[in-house]
Amino acid sequence: MNGPADLIFYILAALTVGSAILVAILPNIVYSAIALLFAFAGVAGLYVFLSADFLAATQVLVYVGGILILILFAVFLSHRISDVKLSNPARFHWQAAFICLSLFGVLSYTVVSTSFPVKPGTVYQPSTAEIGELLMTRYLLPFEVASVLLLAALIGAALLSRPEGRKGTSSDMEEPK
Amino acid sequence: MESFVHSLVKAVPVLSGVPMWTLTLTAMILSAAVLLVFALTFGGVGSYVLRKVAGDIQARIGPNRVGPNGILQFLADGVKLVLKEDIIPAKADRFLFALAPYFVFVGSFAAFVVLPFGVGLIASDLNIGVYYVMAVTSLVVVGVLLAGWASNNKWALLGGMRAAAQIVSYEIPVGMALMPAVLIAGSLSLQDIVRSQGGLLGVFGWNLFHNPFTFFSFFLYFTAAQAETNQTPFDLPEAESELVSGYNVEYSGIRFGFFFLAEFGDMFVVAALATACFLGGWHIPFLHAEALPAFWGNLLSLGAFLAKAFALVLVMMWIRWTLPRLRVDQLMRMAWKYLVPLTFVNLLGVSLWLLIFKGKGIPQMIASLFG
Amino acid sequence: MGMDKLLVIGAALFCCGLYTILTRRNAVAVLMGVELILNAANVNFVAFSHYVSRVIGGQIFAVFVIVLAAAEAAVALAIFLRLYATTGTVEVDTADELKG
Repeated sequence: MNGPADLIFYILAALTVGSAILVAILPNIVYSAIALLFAFAGVAGLYVFLSADFLAATQVLVYVGGILILILFAVFLSHRISDVKLSNPARFHWQAAFICLSLFGVLSYTVVSTSFPVKPGTVYQPSTAEIGELLMTRYLLPFEVASVLLLAALIGAALLSRPEGRKGTSSDMEEPK
Repeated sequence: MESFVHSLVKAVPVLSGVPMWTLTLTAMILSAAVLLVFALTFGGVGSYVLRKVAGDIQARIGPNRVGPNGILQFLADGVKLVLKEDIIPAKADRFLFALAPYFVFVGSFAAFVVLPFGVGLIASDLNIGVYYVMAVTSLVVVGVLLAGWASNNKWALLGGMRAAAQIVSYEIPVGMALMPAVLIAGSLSLQDIVRSQGGLLGVFGWNLFHNPFTFFSFFLYFTAAQAETNQTPFDLPEAESELVSGYNVEYSGIRFGFFFLAEFGDMFVVAALATACFLGGWHIPFLHAEALPAFWGNLLSLGAFLAKAFALVLVMMWIRWTLPRLRVDQLMRMAWKYLVPLTFVNLLGVSLWLLIFKGKGIPQMIASLFG
Repeated sequence: MGMDKLLVIGAALFCCGLYTILTRRNAVAVLMGVELILNAANVNFVAFSHYVSRVIGGQIFAVFVIVLAAAEAAVALAIFLRLYATTGTVEVDTADELKG
């Protein structure tokens, strides 16, 4: 990779890891959610560096435009409206930090000291057509099962978040005439 | 961008000493600046046209004081917004309050990058063009939610959540209604989609007339997009009479200006996508734009694209001032119970048509009858 | 080599997610940690797919992970809202009874 590509990669990596650290330590939960947004965006940028263009757009579309919105809605709906500063105190800082740092040390050491069989020469090519074709031929079963699972999740989430109404009657579900 | 820079280096030999990445970066920044100026100018002039159209439909004159026929009204508005006092409510979350307009503006402006303005005039012809636009416009929802929350105001929060729910619900019909154009072109890239509509001379190469399902899908897309950009009849989240302007009630000055510009940017992106996918994009009727010499081809195709996009924006403004507002439950019902099934059925219809008739549309079949 | 850096980034994301899950009391914050861990796994998949195997299966697996994360987040957040409706708080300490 030439000069600026390396620089952009390091900026994206710093954005991703920095935002992830902020998610972990910020006390205000809405600020954590915004840091999570930047972490997702950073990961999407890293996917572009890995020639995964379709995956990068999917990451932004689903994670930022879907899951993050869900998280924000849940945060807003689970606090009283007068709390502007949603504080989220943490406990067991030092024990957890020790565990996580040592785990990070072990993982990085493993990664750096293993010589993976990397094929020489990086190839950047559009991936959408290939992904689409494989999803329809070789990975058709996981594709269909995922759609059934999404249907089940949709029904389950809608059922779980139904308002507590009169038991058994569905009159509040009818449309106004 | 790379090919443009290569041709520039060939044309101007002085530049061959400069490293490639500097030239590419400069070209990118310049094209981004051009698009930004276009977006801001469109926001300003669009607001003037909006008020004049509103005045016409409501049997009054509209702005006519500032400049001849009121044409400098948007400059006066801009100066007013910039000079206003920057008020942030006392108990509001300052950081998020300041951050929210940027998300909304970035979500709207980042889609300008893939719009095909002319034969070679596209900032970046991403091979996931349509999908990229869908991904990037979902950033607007985060900004709207944050604006509603950070204002520390019940109506703003309610308006923000309603607006977010509305935009997210209407994203599905918008995406599904664009899929027929993608299927016909066989590519997500917007330049490919526009080029695939250039076969027959005249307007009959357009995807609008390709088969009855794409004709229907144009109207579905336009309706869903009108809802996604929060235009009446779907503008309950920011209705002035209903919710005291919803999520941007506490915003004043240039922060409100950002929301306003983002709304116009969204309108233009929606209209540009509709022209690129259904109305033939930059194709000029009865002229083969790609065969012309570069300068004239680009200029004429740019004119054609802007004319079609502006016409669609005018139609959006026309609908905005004509129809009454939908209630929020009617709005959500329309998205989930009507538009989503219709767009899916439409997609199925287009797929079956392309399978049975081997990708040919009605005008192509009529043309092949005549040899 | 680029792959080492990417795997280290994945490990860092994983450890941040793990720290979030271990220390936070708010259930939604725990969910944010879970999403970070899923992203770390995705980064690993795509890095291996790009550098080692040159097969696009890694990206397809990452697509499925994203899809499943969305489904899981939807159901988890619905459960959290139910928890808030019954107990008035979303702190994970309050969900310590199997009844009700």
